[in-house]
Amino acid sequence: MPQAASSEVAAAVADAHRREWAFVLAATVRVAGDIDTAEEAVQDAYASALSTWGPRGIPKKPGAWLTVTARRRALDMRRRAATAQRALPKLLEAEEYRDTEPGRDAEGIADDRLRLIFTCCHPALALDAQVALTLRLLCGLSTADVARAFLLPEATMAARITRAKKKIAAAHIPYRVPAASELVERVDGVLSVVYLVYTTGHTAPSGADLMRRDLAERGLELARMLRVLLPHDRDVAALLALVVLTDARRGARLDEHRELVLMEKQDRSKWDRPAIDEGVALLREALAARPPGRFALMAAIAAVHDESGSWSETDWQEILGLYDLLMDSWPSPVIQLNRAIALGFAAGPAAGLAELDALGTEPQLARYPYLAAARADFLTRLGRLDEARVAFEEALILTDNETERGYLRTRLKELTG
Amino acid sequence: MSKYLVLIFQDEAAKQSDGEDMSAPYQEFQQRRGASLLNGAALQPPSTATSIRRDGVGGFSVTDGPFAESKETLGGYYLIEAGDLDEALEIAKEVPAGIGVEVRPVRMVS
Repeated sequence: MPQAASSEVAAAVADAHRREWAFVLAATVRVAGDIDTAEEAVQDAYASALSTWGPRGIPKKPGAWLTVTARRRALDMRRRAATAQRALPKLLEAEEYRDTEPGRDAEGIADDRLRLIFTCCHPALALDAQVALTLRLLCGLSTADVARAFLLPEATMAARITRAKKKIAAAHIPYRVPAASELVERVDGVLSVVYLVYTTGHTAPSGADLMRRDLAERGLELARMLRVLLPHDRDVAALLALVVLTDARRGARLDEHRELVLMEKQDRSKWDRPAIDEGVALLREALAARPPGRFALMAAIAAVHDESGSWSETDWQEILGLYDLLMDSWPSPVIQLNRAIALGFAAGPAAGLAELDALGTEPQLARYPYLAAARADFLTRLGRLDEARVAFEEALILTDNETERGYLRTRLKELTG
Repeated sequence: MSKYLVLIFQDEAAKQSDGEDMSAPYQEFQQRRGASLLNGAALQPPSTATSIRRDGVGGFSVTDGPFAESKETLGGYYLIEAGDLDEALEIAKEVPAGIGVEVRPVRMVS
C-alpha cells in the first residue's frame, strides 16, 4: 500500500467512521462479550487507523482492516480482564476468535449488525434509551452529539446511555435476531425507533432550525441499512419508502429567507424527482403485502402528495381513505387530527373544523401545537378571524421550534395587520 | 444461564383464594415450565404483612402492612432460570397472574 497524506487519511477515517462503524462494532461485540469493551476496542481501532494509515497506506477494505484490528484489541482487553479476575456481567459468551479476515458479503457479518439493532431497540429498554443507543452504537455518534441532537445536557444523555447498557448486561438482553414468531413485532419496534430519529431531524421539536439534517440523514441511513439487512421485509420497504418520499420535499420547505413554506405554497419543481421515483417503487413493493402495514399507509399518503402536480390537484378523497384505513387498525389522536385536516380539504374547512373541535378534549393533544395551528388555518379560511387569532396565539405558546414560530407570527400579523 | 425473579402482582381488591389448592392454571404452568422454575411461593394477603424499617439510629420501627402502599400488591413469586431476558420474558408471560408480573435479574454475588 502506498503512503497517504494526512488529509487523505483523515478523510478516509472519517468516511470509514460514517460507513463502517455499525459493521465494525457489531462484528466486535461477539468477540468482546459486552458492548462497552467492544466500543472501546472499536474506538481504539479508529485511533490506530489515524496513526498507521499514513505511513502504511489506506487499506483497500477499510471496514475489514478496522474489524480485524478492533477484534484483536477486544481479545487483548478480555485477556487482561481475565487476568485481573474481574467477573463482569457479560452480554454473551464470546465465541472462539477465528483469525480470518471477515468478508463484507459473508452472511454472518450482515447478521451481526442486525443483532446489534435488535439489542439496541429491545422493548425492555425505554424508548428514549432505544433511540440514544441506536444513534450511539449503530450510527457511531458521540454521546455529546446524541445529547445535542435532542437538546439535552451531555451528562443527562451519558447517564441514559450508561443505564441502558447496564440493563443490557445485567438483565442479559440477548444479542440475537428474534425468533420468527416475534419478528414482525420486534421489527415494528425497530422501525418506530428509526422513524423517530428521522422525524426528529425532519422537523426539530425545538431550537432555531426547522430541520436537523444530520439527524434526518442518520434516520435515512438507518432505514437504508435495514433495507439491506432485511431485503424481503415489506414493513422495512414501507418505512424506507415513507422516509424517502418525505425527504424528497426537503428542498422546498424553506424559502430564500429561511422561512417555513407549507406544502400548499411549495415550489414543487424543487422536489427531488429521483427520490420520489425510488420511494414510489419501494411503496409498490410494500403494498404487495395484504393488509398494508401502518408505514405503508403513511408512505402512500406521502406518495399522493409527491405525485400530485399542484396543491389544487391533490386527491384528498384518496388521502382521506388512507387515513380511514390507518384509523381502523392503528387509531391514535394524531392520526385523527391529520384525518380531520384532510377532511377539511376534501369536504371544506367547516367539516374539517368540526372534526378538529371534537378533538379539543383529547388529553394526548392538549399540548400538541398542530391542533391549534390547524384550527387557526381553517378558521382563517372561514373568515372567522377573531377566533383564528386566538388559535394562532395558542399555537405559538405550544410551539418551540423558532422557524415554525416565525411562520405562525407572520400568519398572525396578516390577520392583525 | 441466568436467574430471574418473577414477581407476581395482583389487584388489592381481587378476591384471595383461601383454599390450599393451587388453581388449575398455575398447576398447568408449573408442569409446562417445571424445568425452568427453581423456586416459588404464593403469599398471604398484604393485610397480613409486617414491615420493619431501620430508624437510622440503630433501632427499628415495626408497622402493620406492606412496605409500599399501592393498588398492586405482591401476591407471589417464582425464581426462574433462563438463557437470556427474552426467554425469561417468554416464561413470565405464561404466569397466569392477576394483573401482571415484574421480571428482575438476580445479581450474582461471588
